[in-house]
Amino acid sequence: MMMLELLWLVPALPIAGFLILVIAGRLLSRPWIAAVGVGSVGLAFGAAVTVGISFMGAAPAANSYVQHLWTWMSVGGFTPSLSLYLDALSLVMVLVVTSVGFLIHLYSAEFMAAEEGYARFFAYMNLFVGAMLTLVLADDLLLLYLGWEGVGLCSYLLIGFWYKDPLNGLAARKAFVVTRIGDTAMSIGLFLIATNLGTLRIQEVMYLAAGHWAVGSGMAVAAAALLLGGAIGKSAQLPLQTWLPDAMAGPTPVSALIHAATMVTAGVYLIARTHLLFTLAPAVQAAVAGIGALTLLSAGFSALTQRDIKRVLAYSTIGQIGYMFLALGAGAWSAAIFHFMTHAFFKALLFLGAGMVILSLDHEHDIFKMGGLRSQLPAVFWTFLIGACSLSALPFITAGFYSKDLILFYSLASPLGNRWLWTAGVLGAFITSLYTFRMVFIIFFGEAKSLTGRRPGIMMTAPVVILAALSLLAGFIELPASFGNVRIFSAFMNNALPAIAVRAGASEAETTLMAFAAVVSLLGIFLAYVLFFAKPRYADSLASVLPGRLLHRFWFAGWGFDRFYETFIVRPFLWIARTNREDFIDLFYLGMIWTGRSLSTMLSLSQNGKVRMYAAGIAFGAVVALAIVVFL
Amino acid sequence: MTATVYFEQGLILAAVLFALGLIGVLVRRNIIFILLSVEIMLNAAGLAFVVAGARWAEPDGQVMFIFILAMAAAEVSVGLALALQMYHKLRTLDTDACDRMRG
Repeated sequence: MMMLELLWLVPALPIAGFLILVIAGRLLSRPWIAAVGVGSVGLAFGAAVTVGISFMGAAPAANSYVQHLWTWMSVGGFTPSLSLYLDALSLVMVLVVTSVGFLIHLYSAEFMAAEEGYARFFAYMNLFVGAMLTLVLADDLLLLYLGWEGVGLCSYLLIGFWYKDPLNGLAARKAFVVTRIGDTAMSIGLFLIATNLGTLRIQEVMYLAAGHWAVGSGMAVAAAALLLGGAIGKSAQLPLQTWLPDAMAGPTPVSALIHAATMVTAGVYLIARTHLLFTLAPAVQAAVAGIGALTLLSAGFSALTQRDIKRVLAYSTIGQIGYMFLALGAGAWSAAIFHFMTHAFFKALLFLGAGMVILSLDHEHDIFKMGGLRSQLPAVFWTFLIGACSLSALPFITAGFYSKDLILFYSLASPLGNRWLWTAGVLGAFITSLYTFRMVFIIFFGEAKSLTGRRPGIMMTAPVVILAALSLLAGFIELPASFGNVRIFSAFMNNALPAIAVRAGASEAETTLMAFAAVVSLLGIFLAYVLFFAKPRYADSLASVLPGRLLHRFWFAGWGFDRFYETFIVRPFLWIARTNREDFIDLFYLGMIWTGRSLSTMLSLSQNGKVRMYAAGIAFGAVVALAIVVFL
Repeated sequence: MTATVYFEQGLILAAVLFALGLIGVLVRRNIIFILLSVEIMLNAAGLAFVVAGARWAEPDGQVMFIFILAMAAAEVSVGLALALQMYHKLRTLDTDACDRMRG
């Protein structure tokens, strides 16, 4: 038990790193800044591993450990506390966040070496990780919300890190405002829960909700729907996904951190953490699955058409989070967390690989200006290829295959699943491997179009190699029943999240489904090979005929969501703001000011300095007073 | 023989004196005359006290008159000092001339 008490160090260390860099960042030299920035997250990872070993070695009673730090406030029976809650779910999150976060920090130390604002960068990154750890370890929804907003703040600061270009500031504000829409829904949900159940402690909330609210009752649906609103905003799902592609304005390690370890997975975690509320509201849970399915399809088609390497990856993240939502909606909680973990590894890998490509080509983002990099950057090529294989779920050897296959299986086999969800998932898997290998073929094969600058150093290569290994090996802790039947991950997860019941007769179909998913993934890769490597003119002619061109433009613009919001929300809002520049509510207060001022002017006229007038005033007043006394 | 005090006539006289004093304060511009008029008003009030004291055969009215006299003396000393200062600074005794403290 002694080791578990180190839990508070996990979020405290990155926050301490943040404080040191904020206070003393100007005084420290670059190696020291990197040492503090990377070291704090590394130590947090160490603390997380220590706590994790002790937790898994001798699991505490009730499979969870609560560390009460102090009571935040105590108002009329409502006493939110600063407590940390560790169970299987939060432990997996903490380990992934700290490990991937540490690798990204290590990579950034070299990636950002030539940039101004080195200390500022690491301060924000540390705060980002600290806020995310607060979020996942919070025992209380209020503390979770603190971390939630902290993550939002850091994403704003880091997306706009190169603030001298106004476009980056615009992207940062967009990310902040769009996620804020979801956050507003979530805060209303928290108020609803707090007023109805009188507490915000997650475990108590779930216990009380199960007792107070009937399945499908209005309260349960409202609470779950409002929390879902928050999750949609943070996790960039339809219809609030528009901020994520623009968030690519930040430095590449930031994108890796946002996509892999922090920020976008917060929504998945929130739903998994409060899963009982969603079980109480079947309609909302079905909506989660539906949103996931629609998101993964729309994001996949958009990713097919992008030219910017980071935007391809951004749309693919939206799609992969869509898979996690699909799993959550199907009730396959542990499958969602499993995919979160493998996705964190391979998406961080892909972003870091993309960062190395971008850096060696002097900040070139357009994939059509790259090409033939296979021989120039062999280390980047092989690791990026592993990440791409994992993302497109190359059968049997990659982690992405096992996690995605699990989701596809449950989207059909779960009592909450149906063939539509499964069809969407399989179609999405096909598109995923198509756009992933489009990217790989265009960047690394074909003729070389530009010369690379310097090769990435060891600090950038080592994290990528480690992530590549994890992207391959992490899948083997959870193998399907028909293929090895290893259940380490879900057995561990079931300590915190309920296991899923499978429909009768579904288990037999597992082998067929897996084979089908494998074939689909390979088909996508093959089609990418044909269209973008062997016969590129097919792709060109497809994109040049009229319907193809229109679709291409439509998908390139992300299904026109930005334009829709611009026309129907942003413009009218700006119009109202402009026409109401002199706020009409202010007229009332301006009137009060005017009345008071004119009365004062009139009164000050009477103060004319003539003693006789004052005497007359006194006399008149005395007469009036006497008259009132005498006659009334 | 007993002196007959005409109570009502006395009060009317006091009121007339008071009104005369007040009119003097309001219409006169010379500060000396204003002070004089204030004295008249004070004496009117004193007369009213004395008459009322005689009416109820109480000594309080005359006590109050002593008070008023004392106060009038104090007032005149301050008032004359002010008048001197005023003449010293402004070279006039016209109160309307010293209206610089207006709002």
